[in-house]
Amino acid sequence: MQTTPTHPAKPPAAPTTVKTDDEKAVAVRINGRTYSFDGDDTMPLLWYLRDVLRLTGTKFGCGIGACGACTVLVDGKAQRACLTPMKALAKREVTTIEGLANGELHPLQQAWVEIDVPQCGYCQAGQIIAAADLLKRTPNPNDDDIGKISNLCRCGTYPRIRKAIKRAAEITRERAAHEGGKS
Amino acid sequence: MKKDKTIANPSRRRFLVVGAAASGALVVGWRTATAQQALPYLGARIEPAALGVFVRIEKNGDIIIGARGCEIGQGVKTSLPMLIAEELDVDWNRVRVEQLPYGYIDTDKGPGHKYGDQGAGGSTSIPTAWKDLRQAGATARWLLLVAASAKLNLPAGQLHAESGNVIAPDGTKLSYGELIDAASKLDPPTEPRTLKKPEEFKVIGKPTPTVDSRAIVTGQTQYGIDAYLAETSIAVVARSPWIDGEIASLDDTEARKVPGVKDIVRIAGPKPGDVFDAALADGVAVLATSTWAALKGREKLKIEWKPGPFAEESTDALRRQADDLLKPANADKAVGIRRDGDVDKARKAARKTIEARYTVPFLAHATMEPPAALIHVEKDKVLLVASLQDPDGASEVINAVTGVPRAKIEIRMTRAGGGFGRRLKNDYIAEAALIAKQTDKPVKLLWTRDDDIRHDFYRPFCVFQMAASLDRKNEIAAWSARCAATPRNHRDKGMKERPLWNGTLAPDDFPAGLVPNFDLSLLSLESGQPRGWWRAPVSNATAFAVQSFIDEIAVALKQDPLALRLKLLGEPRELPYKGHGGPVFDTGRMAAVLNAAAERISWKRKPDKDRGLGIAGHFTFGGYAAHALEVSAIDGNVVVHRAVCAIDVGHVVNPLGLEAQAIGGTIDGLSTALNLGITLKDGKVQQSNFGDYPLLRMGQAPVDVEVIVIDSGKEPSGAGEMALPSALPALTNAIYAATQVRIRELPIGDQLRKIL
Repeated sequence: MQTTPTHPAKPPAAPTTVKTDDEKAVAVRINGRTYSFDGDDTMPLLWYLRDVLRLTGTKFGCGIGACGACTVLVDGKAQRACLTPMKALAKREVTTIEGLANGELHPLQQAWVEIDVPQCGYCQAGQIIAAADLLKRTPNPNDDDIGKISNLCRCGTYPRIRKAIKRAAEITRERAAHEGGKS
Repeated sequence: MKKDKTIANPSRRRFLVVGAAASGALVVGWRTATAQQALPYLGARIEPAALGVFVRIEKNGDIIIGARGCEIGQGVKTSLPMLIAEELDVDWNRVRVEQLPYGYIDTDKGPGHKYGDQGAGGSTSIPTAWKDLRQAGATARWLLLVAASAKLNLPAGQLHAESGNVIAPDGTKLSYGELIDAASKLDPPTEPRTLKKPEEFKVIGKPTPTVDSRAIVTGQTQYGIDAYLAETSIAVVARSPWIDGEIASLDDTEARKVPGVKDIVRIAGPKPGDVFDAALADGVAVLATSTWAALKGREKLKIEWKPGPFAEESTDALRRQADDLLKPANADKAVGIRRDGDVDKARKAARKTIEARYTVPFLAHATMEPPAALIHVEKDKVLLVASLQDPDGASEVINAVTGVPRAKIEIRMTRAGGGFGRRLKNDYIAEAALIAKQTDKPVKLLWTRDDDIRHDFYRPFCVFQMAASLDRKNEIAAWSARCAATPRNHRDKGMKERPLWNGTLAPDDFPAGLVPNFDLSLLSLESGQPRGWWRAPVSNATAFAVQSFIDEIAVALKQDPLALRLKLLGEPRELPYKGHGGPVFDTGRMAAVLNAAAERISWKRKPDKDRGLGIAGHFTFGGYAAHALEVSAIDGNVVVHRAVCAIDVGHVVNPLGLEAQAIGGTIDGLSTALNLGITLKDGKVQQSNFGDYPLLRMGQAPVDVEVIVIDSGKEPSGAGEMALPSALPALTNAIYAATQVRIRELPIGDQLRKIL
């Protein structure tokens, strides 16, 4: 069996922290780094993330904002990346699933692992991002609050998503108590 | 379903020999860190040595187990390595699982498979692996024991393995890491090893989280759609909207002007009437530097299509065809599938005959990850990275399209964003290969959701005409089911030798063998629509008809629907079952899941006002499941207040995974029953995306699905499909109990809102 790679598989170097004077270029912050985008500014963020930056955790599912697989945080709010053109992102702060953990797993990520939410896993990044938005607004969500998350899961993991969101709220409180205890 | 394997799996004997030979083959070459990161797959680092093709042990005692299956969300990347770990006697927390590539090998007897069966279909992964992968683990353990025996100068029979160590009678411990060098040089055993008894299991039966879960929640998992190589063109295809349609004219001038568009090429679908073995339809592919450019380029294509012979087809016309075929005058057109006794005679002698007609629509798979494939076709070799269910078929299809020998086609399966049977068709792989052979650069083919919904292989459209004749004692004296359907067996090379009804109906399904006079037959509808395997094939349609009709009979007899089912099942016994999932159907196991579901939902109680309880059970591919639901449908808005699923799939390998499949199958069933259907007009699919193919959202799904696992200790059946079929009729039966409205056609859609 051939195990030597037959193809270089290295993604192109990401244009990190580029400062530009180009007026047409869109300066957008993604996961804490600034990128300068000077291509077709009607291109949705989804394809910039995936095709250019190779941040493939944000998924394509429908292209019409219906499924939520591409959900990212823009200035802290959940937004569908497939409907967000690059030109709308000047000076905005984008957080993708790759940028959610801050040293340790985000409480939602930890809860997702504990409850073993994913089946195929494809929609889960979007689900977690949508839940992050929810928890920020509603730290102790009830079933009705959680039921407002409109992201689709074809595998039907919804009951475990509900459990994991409630568990994440708990973890957040535990961590806060732990932090409080330390100081 | 049982998928055709044109290539025989190596026998166990050969499997072991091949395994030993291949452990050497695995040691070839090193992968750079970058390449590994971009295209992760096992087979890379080999020091220290491997024990057979599935097990590698590092000096520090870390165990690496190769996962051979296609992970589509059914959990095989976790459960199959668990079977190996069990027999290997290692602690699961020391195990690291890595995905194996497709293991094609040329042998002197033709094509062979280094890793055994790697496909995902018909819930067969676990039952197959229950035999061969446990044996692979036991073989590896045996090699370690023999190596320890030589080192300690003690007979192997005096040693035992435990938690990654070999232990001698005096307590001397040798870790697997210390033994691996010697063990890897030994010849494998000539006889199969004795496997553990269930009471000795330490890994099997323990709730085990998904091996990839941490990578999934941090966005690191790579699906087929996430794979890129340097200089990859992204391709999207404009396909003929009509089956057997052709390109009449193409003007790509404007499309070529779109910045980023690199090339535009044609691909050919099957010729009219040909089997759908390769691409599904004629099309025009736009290759570009980004997905966005490719999509914009596709919009600018000016294509005129020659619509082909099915341009008039519509769901309404299919319905009329079915109505006509189901008339008594056309009885001679029915293909008999099973006939016991004399239904006509029993009907004439009956006190009463009840009839009802049930209709189920075409269904699309709508995997969250749409079809996609990264492929690089070179003169003498091919690399494919994709989400697959049938890598063997993918290899065949690439070979057919490119002429590259199968041994030179490297296939890496990624985790797949859902399967549900969609990826058992390799049309998207054929398309990718057809495009890629027209360029020397890698190509990533991407299907949009519209492409996916409109160009699928659909679950067949079926109309069931059911009749039950009741004798003077109110027993069911005769049962007849005539099904007018677009048969699944249609333009499919793999099914050519099989009877027409195969894949649409199952001769021994309930209540066959339980009523004295029984008749099951198929009437074939003319349709061009491609048909495929859709989660729990056959059962996903028949369970709705059969389990709804049983309920209607119970209502007519003023009997309890559960009691009627249990009475029909009778004493616990095994009935012969010839189809996939056989050789037997155990009436006792069916009754047990029905009883368990009923007990959990407190079946005998009178539910609150406006609510109703519904029950249904079904046997799918060797597994038994029953659903009991509590629902309301005020003003036609269906709310599932409680959902119970009782399931018996024999030995449980991973309870956490089984529960997930039962929850997911139930919700998939409810989603399908409530809202999903594909319709045709003017030969075209009318739906295109999640707006008109609306999967259930969280707020519409039951808050919880209560899963009851019955561990019957029987041979395991697999678990990915069993929990779907009975969810649909349990829902409509519960709706009847709540509203007195009987749903006889799926999806439910706005039928109730119009009535209530």
